[in-house]
Amino acid sequence: MVQEIVHPFSKYLRSAMMPHIWCPGCGNGIVLNCFVQALDELQEDLDKLVVVSGIGCIGRTAGYVNADSFHTTHGRPIAFATGVKLANPELEVVIISGDGDLFAIGGNHFIHAARRNIGLKVVCANNFNYGMTGGQQGPTTPLEALTTTTPYGNIEHPFNLIHLAAASGATYVARWTTLHARRLTQSIKKMLDKEGFCFIEVISPCPEIFGRYNKMRSGLEMMEWFKRASVVDNFSVPSKAEITPEKIVVGEFVNIEKASYEKLLHEKISQINEQKVEW
Amino acid sequence: MSKKSALLTGMHFLNGDVACAEGAIAAGCRFFAGYPITPATEIAEHLSERMPEFGGIYIQMEDEIASIAAVIGASYAGLKSMTATSGPGFSLMQENIGLAVMTETPCVVVDIMRGGPSTGQPTLPGQQDVMQAKWGSHGDYGIVALAPSSVQEMFDLTVEAFNLSETYRVPTLLMGDEIVAHMWEKVVIPSVSQLRIVNRKKPNVSPEKYGPFVPDDDLVPPMACFGEGYRFHATGLTHDEHGYPRTQSSKDQSELVTRLCEKISRSADKIIKVQEVMLEDADVVVVAYGIVARSALSAVRKAREAGIKAGLLRLITLWPFPEKHVAESAKQAKAVVVAEMNCGQMVREVERAAKGTSVVFLSKLGEEPHTPAEILEVIRGNI
Repeated sequence: MVQEIVHPFSKYLRSAMMPHIWCPGCGNGIVLNCFVQALDELQEDLDKLVVVSGIGCIGRTAGYVNADSFHTTHGRPIAFATGVKLANPELEVVIISGDGDLFAIGGNHFIHAARRNIGLKVVCANNFNYGMTGGQQGPTTPLEALTTTTPYGNIEHPFNLIHLAAASGATYVARWTTLHARRLTQSIKKMLDKEGFCFIEVISPCPEIFGRYNKMRSGLEMMEWFKRASVVDNFSVPSKAEITPEKIVVGEFVNIEKASYEKLLHEKISQINEQKVEW
Repeated sequence: MSKKSALLTGMHFLNGDVACAEGAIAAGCRFFAGYPITPATEIAEHLSERMPEFGGIYIQMEDEIASIAAVIGASYAGLKSMTATSGPGFSLMQENIGLAVMTETPCVVVDIMRGGPSTGQPTLPGQQDVMQAKWGSHGDYGIVALAPSSVQEMFDLTVEAFNLSETYRVPTLLMGDEIVAHMWEKVVIPSVSQLRIVNRKKPNVSPEKYGPFVPDDDLVPPMACFGEGYRFHATGLTHDEHGYPRTQSSKDQSELVTRLCEKISRSADKIIKVQEVMLEDADVVVVAYGIVARSALSAVRKAREAGIKAGLLRLITLWPFPEKHVAESAKQAKAVVVAEMNCGQMVREVERAAKGTSVVFLSKLGEEPHTPAEILEVIRGNI
């Protein structure tokens, strides 16, 4: 009698959606694994969790997690999630999406949600290019990197997402690579327990596309780059956290307390209605 | 409840935007996201004051794309939701109106039409977005769009728009115009118990058996909301009845998109509303909607006084298009006159439905709608 082997995390995943669409060596599976590990360690109530993703490879994550989930149009997961969180503040609303989705087409939504300090938890898998469409240049593509649309080398300066998130007002900002799986899991746990807008950037390997054009043809080679270049430096200056081939500063950058939009909103609603009774 | 937070009832003197905002509250709307734009801004301003009084949410988003996205999110989290805009914002919203169609999200989008294209004439009226209402987002879909002609209808049709959106799980568009939005008129608001309010149907199966896009006989699936324990998935991708992506399947694409069209077209008779005035024996039928219909009514009455058998078919529902009503009234008529504040949009639908009866189009752009005299002249010329 062969016993059916059940993965310990299977209850967190939709088996009907497996196998996933991700390439060998892709880091998205590690992001999902760390997220699910954090849910498990926190014993999160899956009935009160909403996972939202936009378009791109990592955008399929929403469909893989066994919670309420929504896969939006390109760039709009944060705007959609704003409506969810305000309509029902009891829900834990997590956005898991990519660098192009969140910072090119969706960049405006990111900075304004951070400015408002809405209690959204954002995980960005940054793979330095548009993987789903075959490897075009994006807002985080490093200078001189080769992509299908920068065949002579990228001349656009990339975003430093840590600096952007910190300057926009996020209460929690961290960066890890997929090599730092345990620390990423701990960061996700911290983020889920915090009030306000939180952001974690995960540097994620895309060996099949980005790596192939940039002399890192396997997942292992990309992970070796992360190992060689990454420096853990907690609470270092966000403006100096630019990613270069030689150095990827990782760690926590921001962890502050600030009243969330939804808290201020509901306090205001209570005040308005108390005043009225006094009239 | 304090006096101020009570729903408005009885007789009031309001402008159209405020009447629309009050209609939304009366319909049970508790989430508004928007972005300032003339001539729809007063809807947002009024709701920023009124929503908190009902425990509802008002938020000004960073643009109209975000506004409609937040509206869809709030609807999925269980609140009746609305946004309001004008042409430039309506253009930005088309992307996520498509998402609302695809994910069958009940929500209301108010477009107070001004002169276009582009920035156009922000403070002047237009009816140039009515084809965009039907065809503005890519792909095939059914949608519902209503055209108020008075401040009273800015209230009544906002309530109706919520009812239709909840019934058919479809974004419902209120296509007002600058004049109807900004003019002040008497509005009579029924008491809460007299208003017909429709809420989306909920699933009556356990979460394990729930498929978020399994339709009932009316082609509309019952809707669970986030946080209710159903743990369902929804996506803008072509999907099956479980909401799971089916991007390579011709069968799923055909079934889903056909249903999205047919859930509206099959119920068209229930959805469509028109006003018919003196059509029984009309030799000349005037077709109009929105503010123009008021001039048209005046013109028809003047024609009757002059012994001309004229009648008015006022389109209250623009989409689904009332083609049976047009066909019926055109059958015995010598001519159909269509007056619109655009270069000829709904007239194309009228021509299709009027089959053979001659259709005359009367365009007007800019500050004023057609005068009754201008419409009367065309009636006289087509007896």
